Amino acid sequence: MAKITSSLVSRLVIIIPYAWLLFFFLIPFFIVFRISLSETAIAMPPYTPVFDLSEGLSGILESMRAFSADNYVWLTEDALYFNAYVSSIVIATVSTVLTLLIGYPIAYGMAKAPRSMRPMLLMMVILPFWTSFLIRVYAWIAILKPEGLLNQFLIATGLIDQPLIILNTNAAVYIGIVYSYLPFMVLPIYSALEKMDHALIEAAQDLGCTPTAAFWRVTFPLSLPGVIAGCLLVFIPAVGEFVIPDLLGGSETLMIGKTLWNEFNANRDWPVSSAVATILLLILVIPIVYFQNVQSRADGEER
Amino acid sequence: MKSLGSIRRSFAPWADPASKPFISFRNVTKKFGDFTAVDDLSLNIYTREFFALLGASGCGKSTLLRMLAGFEQPTSGEIILDGQNLAGIPPYRRPVNMMFQSYALFPHMTVENNIAFGLKQDGMSKADIAERVQQMLKLVKLEKFSKRKPHQLSGGQRQRVALARSLAKRPKVLLLDEPLGALDKKLREETQFELMDLQQELGLTFVVVTHDQEEAMTMADRIAVMSHGKVVQVATPAEIYEAPNSRFVADFIGDVNLFDGTVTGAEAGFVQLETTGGIPIRMMSPDCFAKGMRVAVAIRPEKIRIGRQAPAHAPMNTAEGEIWDIGYLGDMTVFHIRLKDGGVVKASTLNAVRAIEDPLGYDQEVWISFGDDAGVVLKD
Repeated sequence: MAKITSSLVSRLVIIIPYAWLLFFFLIPFFIVFRISLSETAIAMPPYTPVFDLSEGLSGILESMRAFSADNYVWLTEDALYFNAYVSSIVIATVSTVLTLLIGYPIAYGMAKAPRSMRPMLLMMVILPFWTSFLIRVYAWIAILKPEGLLNQFLIATGLIDQPLIILNTNAAVYIGIVYSYLPFMVLPIYSALEKMDHALIEAAQDLGCTPTAAFWRVTFPLSLPGVIAGCLLVFIPAVGEFVIPDLLGGSETLMIGKTLWNEFNANRDWPVSSAVATILLLILVIPIVYFQNVQSRADGEER
Repeated sequence: MKSLGSIRRSFAPWADPASKPFISFRNVTKKFGDFTAVDDLSLNIYTREFFALLGASGCGKSTLLRMLAGFEQPTSGEIILDGQNLAGIPPYRRPVNMMFQSYALFPHMTVENNIAFGLKQDGMSKADIAERVQQMLKLVKLEKFSKRKPHQLSGGQRQRVALARSLAKRPKVLLLDEPLGALDKKLREETQFELMDLQQELGLTFVVVTHDQEEAMTMADRIAVMSHGKVVQVATPAEIYEAPNSRFVADFIGDVNLFDGTVTGAEAGFVQLETTGGIPIRMMSPDCFAKGMRVAVAIRPEKIRIGRQAPAHAPMNTAEGEIWDIGYLGDMTVFHIRLKDGGVVKASTLNAVRAIEDPLGYDQEVWISFGDDAGVVLKD
């Protein structure tokens, strides 16, 4: 009896993540995908009906016949979308690299700090999350604008005599993304570095490595899982980022998140914006799945 | 192949005043904050010696080893290796290699790459590295496992990889920090002898840190017994066991019966005393003790005889008691005998005969006795 209960419980525990994925990822995605195959209509909601369950199976088959790939064709016809995708990926890539360059030393310093100080340092990394994301991005406007804090400081110290134009440029977008996503880079790298056995570094030095060589031959390779996790955690949301380019970026800042928002709200073209979202998902998922395949194949070979 | 014994019997550079020590600790002190880990310690280790640092945890033995490897700097004093003062020389420029207690194998590298790690760092040519790695794999009998990663190996195999890696650069001195600590008993015993053979074969100086006295006794040419950052005694295993220089060493190494007493007289080479329990003892001793001095006699359990009758030399070196506990270990039996004065004496007998008629049993009245060369007299 107890055995049956425990197997039921264990099955239930396994079901929870799957149920979560089903309800909060697969079903919403399916709905978005379905909308992307419909057409705009002056209606509420503003597209041709996607499910008509009242007419039974024949009704569903009927509506399936009405599926059209027109929206996807439309995306290829207007260079705006292609440029927005490319520009988003470029901005996200540059931001990810910058975040890594800044985040790695922070994570390294935290992992090397005395054990008693680590909880406090960790707290300092997480603390900004306690303020609304939107407010933090707005705060950057106050810092970066021509008469903002940064320019006031630089002019006061005599480093420049004309205010720097940073706000409403791509530079401001990079600053915003790096600042906002830094904790997502720091935390996984920190956790990878923190659990590393210090004896490994000593062993490397014992075998003739200078501290620098020991870092590149032992510490860095062992922190790679954290680096990869951090990069994905920054890159994926950065590609679809909307708030930061909208508030900090200028008119020349082209990002797919902004394009999507325009299609959805300004043009009220839900089917096209759904197609944009679907393509974006594919762009992000395909490389990740491929990467994980390569990774698990590499792991499999070892065994 | 020459047996170990024939080489070892004649190996005693520490007894030869003309021989130069290979490693010298000179008045070395190491403090961590208020804590003194190593306290004004001086010690000489000779070329090709298998030297063991033995002590309880926290006695400073690992700190001593880490100072030799360069991971810690002495607070004061100096360490000389092969005529070179090691002060200020970082670990990566020292001609020593260490085998870590945790093995510290690089988890992201194969066995092969772990062994080649130091060689690559030295910029050795690819062909030479491959050759040396093969040599090392053969030495530790892991040829078939070269492509495995550490997590795919057993504890014993990992230990061998760690050993091969630390030997690959042919260091002048190999430091071993609790090298066999993580192995089970049987494997540990096998590996002890393999390490000894290896050390002879390669002609290296080994410095091993251990808390396991059996391990130290088996492997080492000499043992330094450490306590609270100081060396209490440095001697060969036999000397440490048979002639400990203090109560601490006598008690720390093996089992021992300590009889506290007062000196009642002395003659050439012998001391007479009476224990607090009233047993008269006459014991051989090279040291002189004044009458009335408080001393202790240390006698190993296997040197105490058990008899059903009083021996001929009674009452000298004899006491009456009854068997209190019996521990049967297979090869030998340990008896705990409660004496008339209340003290408990441990005595062990070798079970040389398979089935004894009329063995000694619980509560049996017996006499314990020992020869006048069975123990050592120690200042209290």
